Amino acid sequence: MNGETIFIEGGRVIDPASGTDGVRTVVLRDGRIAEVAERWERPRDVRAIDARGRWVVPGLVDLHVHLREPGQEYKETVETGARAAVAGGFTAVCAMPNTSPVNDNASVTELMLARAAAAGLARVYPVGCISRGLKGEELAEYGELKSAGCVALSDDGKPVTSSALMRRALEYARAFELPVTVHEEDLGLVGKGVMNEGPTATRLGLKGIPTASEEVMVLRDIALAELTGGRLHVAHLSSAGSVRAVRDAKRRGLRVSAEATPHHLTLTDEDVARSRYDTSFKMNPPLRSAADVRAVREGLADGTIDCIATDHAPHSAVEKDLEFEAAANGIVGLETAFAVCLALVREGALSETRLVEAFTIAAARAFGLPGGTLARGAPADVAILDPGLTWRCDPGRFRSKGRNSPWKDALLVGRCTHTLVGGRLVHELDRGEP
Amino acid sequence: MIGRHRHLIGLEPLSREEIVGVLQLAISMKEVLRRPIKKVPTLRGKAVVNLFFEASTRTRTSFETAAKILSADALNWTSASSSVTKGETLVDTARNIEAMHPDVLVIRHPAGGAPQLVADHVSCAVVSAGDGAHEHPSQGLLDLYTLAEHFSGVRGKAVGEKGAAPNFGSIAGKTIAIVGDVSHSRVARSDLHGFTKLGARVRVCGPPTMIPQGMETLGATVHYQLREAVEGADAVVMLRIQHERIGDPLIPGTREYSKFWGLNEKKAAEWLTPGCVILHPGPVNRGVELAPEVADGARSVILDQVENGVAIRMAILYLLAGGAQGAHTSAAEGAARS
Amino acid sequence: MNSDGIERALKRMAREIVERARGGELAIVGIRRGGVHLAERLRRDLEEATGQELPLGTLDIALYRDDLSERASAPVVGPTDIRFSVTGKTIVLVDDVLYTGRTVRAALDELVDFGRPRRVLLAVLVDRGGRELPIAPDMVGARLEVPEAEQVEVQLVEAGAAEDQVIVKPRGNA
Repeated sequence: MNGETIFIEGGRVIDPASGTDGVRTVVLRDGRIAEVAERWERPRDVRAIDARGRWVVPGLVDLHVHLREPGQEYKETVETGARAAVAGGFTAVCAMPNTSPVNDNASVTELMLARAAAAGLARVYPVGCISRGLKGEELAEYGELKSAGCVALSDDGKPVTSSALMRRALEYARAFELPVTVHEEDLGLVGKGVMNEGPTATRLGLKGIPTASEEVMVLRDIALAELTGGRLHVAHLSSAGSVRAVRDAKRRGLRVSAEATPHHLTLTDEDVARSRYDTSFKMNPPLRSAADVRAVREGLADGTIDCIATDHAPHSAVEKDLEFEAAANGIVGLETAFAVCLALVREGALSETRLVEAFTIAAARAFGLPGGTLARGAPADVAILDPGLTWRCDPGRFRSKGRNSPWKDALLVGRCTHTLVGGRLVHELDRGEP
Repeated sequence: MIGRHRHLIGLEPLSREEIVGVLQLAISMKEVLRRPIKKVPTLRGKAVVNLFFEASTRTRTSFETAAKILSADALNWTSASSSVTKGETLVDTARNIEAMHPDVLVIRHPAGGAPQLVADHVSCAVVSAGDGAHEHPSQGLLDLYTLAEHFSGVRGKAVGEKGAAPNFGSIAGKTIAIVGDVSHSRVARSDLHGFTKLGARVRVCGPPTMIPQGMETLGATVHYQLREAVEGADAVVMLRIQHERIGDPLIPGTREYSKFWGLNEKKAAEWLTPGCVILHPGPVNRGVELAPEVADGARSVILDQVENGVAIRMAILYLLAGGAQGAHTSAAEGAARS
Repeated sequence: MNSDGIERALKRMAREIVERARGGELAIVGIRRGGVHLAERLRRDLEEATGQELPLGTLDIALYRDDLSERASAPVVGPTDIRFSVTGKTIVLVDDVLYTGRTVRAALDELVDFGRPRRVLLAVLVDRGGRELPIAPDMVGARLEVPEAEQVEVQLVEAGAAEDQVIVKPRGNA
């Protein structure tokens, strides 16, 4: 790594992993955290970043992004996705395997890693397939995937419909200590649904997706985690019933973790009506009711839900400029996640510490990733966040190729100003870009 | 303009006053319909494009007739003859049609929200002629008109005659039942918005699998027994049961549906009040939701609905095609006087 | 012009109509909105003069206007009520003020959509000049020279006025 020494001075260091919260100087040297101290003398020739009035936090970790490479480079590439990541303060992202070809073998994993290394921005951790070809029929080669660099397994975008296969996946993954992360939906219950089932779907005349479609699968997989002792991670959990199920599973000591997205924490199905069928409000799982959002927030606050993950899913106008029911699912999230979730702190739903924890160490722990902390000796992955910076969300200026954001034109508060990966400054907010 | 609105996407966004404005205008339009020469020059030189992505002879014909009576040029673009099947998106199609400079685009589409998407991408006025299970605003308006004619006792009177105009206040306080596959019905939703905005009490009825969530939040009471829904009602709207729903599996079959939720002469005689009328958006599945004797009986106002449909669509086209964006009202007003 | 003046003008116009109609089958049609009440009064006078019951109708010309595209919004449409056959009759078209002639043009177009009258006579209470079309009245209550910046308003008790009168006032504060 880079041998340069950088001082980050005057910022409020929030590092839940080490219990630090206060104004500190952070010294980065040789790609690692060298010191975090109240006062540290800076030698004359050493570079300093003035972080006064800002937060200095471990680089954010996102367990759930879609980088679209290989196969759909018109939507995103590893490089543009990594650029979006560091612009949002993320220093590590887990790339889902539903690329083309899918990531069910070492060559695809290696390609992603090579692209990430060439970009030299955020750390990219590939996630391998649960089933070969994402077909839900037979197990992928977890040993090979792990050796190539995969950190978890997922058939994301699709549920594992076969309970038998899911059982074997949880069992077999134990040999390689890989978490199995699941996209939970019962396709029969989902049917042709395109948004949350409820009064709003009724008004809009759109087919509904009941929360039960997620809950029956969460409950099934918790039972299978119990049966197998496997490591289950529930992706983008969206309903009150799912929160209850995970809370209960954790209480019973099962190895279950969960993530929630910024949109499921802040938007409801009524936003689909308010936006008049804007397909930037279409994703899977769909935006749920206000009661579900409340439950997901509570779950995040009390630790039932371990971490925040964006489910960053870039699409082009080709997939989105369509009838609501014909449009693709998914929205981009890397460049807006911090600001969107900081609102939870202002609304009193979350403490500042818990917010940072959910973005950093809690995510890293769920997948056993390095980083997520500013402890001495940890990788020098740091985000400097300005919690007071107000900016107008203009998707036209995103680093991501995706423009499909429900926060288009919204006034957001909170923004990443600097991102360092391995002690190297990889993002600095333009002064001309508020 | 319909009040504040450039487009007619649904009745939900309209105020009571805006709805009554259209209905009121339809009185004059109905008078035109009954003239010896059924043509007025008002929309001469205006173009109305009927963009239909679903087969619907009656709605399309109704809009086409309305346009022609107003002297607009009506052009039909149906999905069979369009390039939709060749992978062109709806937005592309709409932009292509817009390049032909229509004044009004009437769109029927199987996807809820499609007219809104088109309205967001074109500069002409957009009228929904039904989108998925969302809304069918012109049907809602014609149902309101038909009900008001009945409730104010002017059915069959010559239009234009003093005291022969329907009073739209007469709908307030009435009880109207909507029976059938409410979950898939755009007519039910437009009716529900229209009826409640004009002060009626609405009951919805059907098998529980056909009643969507949230009916109460839209101001309706939910009933699963037909008798409970229609007893004491002032009007009953029977919805069409679409054959593709059977075995969806929303209902086990038409025989059982007809037995429990269909209306025949016996049930009508025993359960309906003497003044209760029956509406149906058409086409009727005779023997399924309505027995032929009821569909053709004295209570049926189905043919009134068809005639009023033309008048309502004339009113809609007149309001949305008439007037130029950004014209100087005051100058034009002055020049037009006497 | 006051109440008496209007009364006298209408009586004189009624006499002229009888003279000019010369035994033709008469019917009266008022142009909405200013001509409707005047048509009713004229019919009364004509019925007195002829001793016959005369059919009365109303035309709303909104759907026949020629300025739809120049207006910001579509003009309000009122009821048209012609429930007798106009074919073969002598129709007396009645309006309050004749100005550009455009309203009368629209009314003629609309009238012939109901049939083929034998003859159409135009009766107006006030002719203020300023014609933009080749249209001339047959019966006139009064001719007034009014500058373009001003407007003529006929106020009648049937329409809620305190008394019948014709006033000339600046345009725009109607």
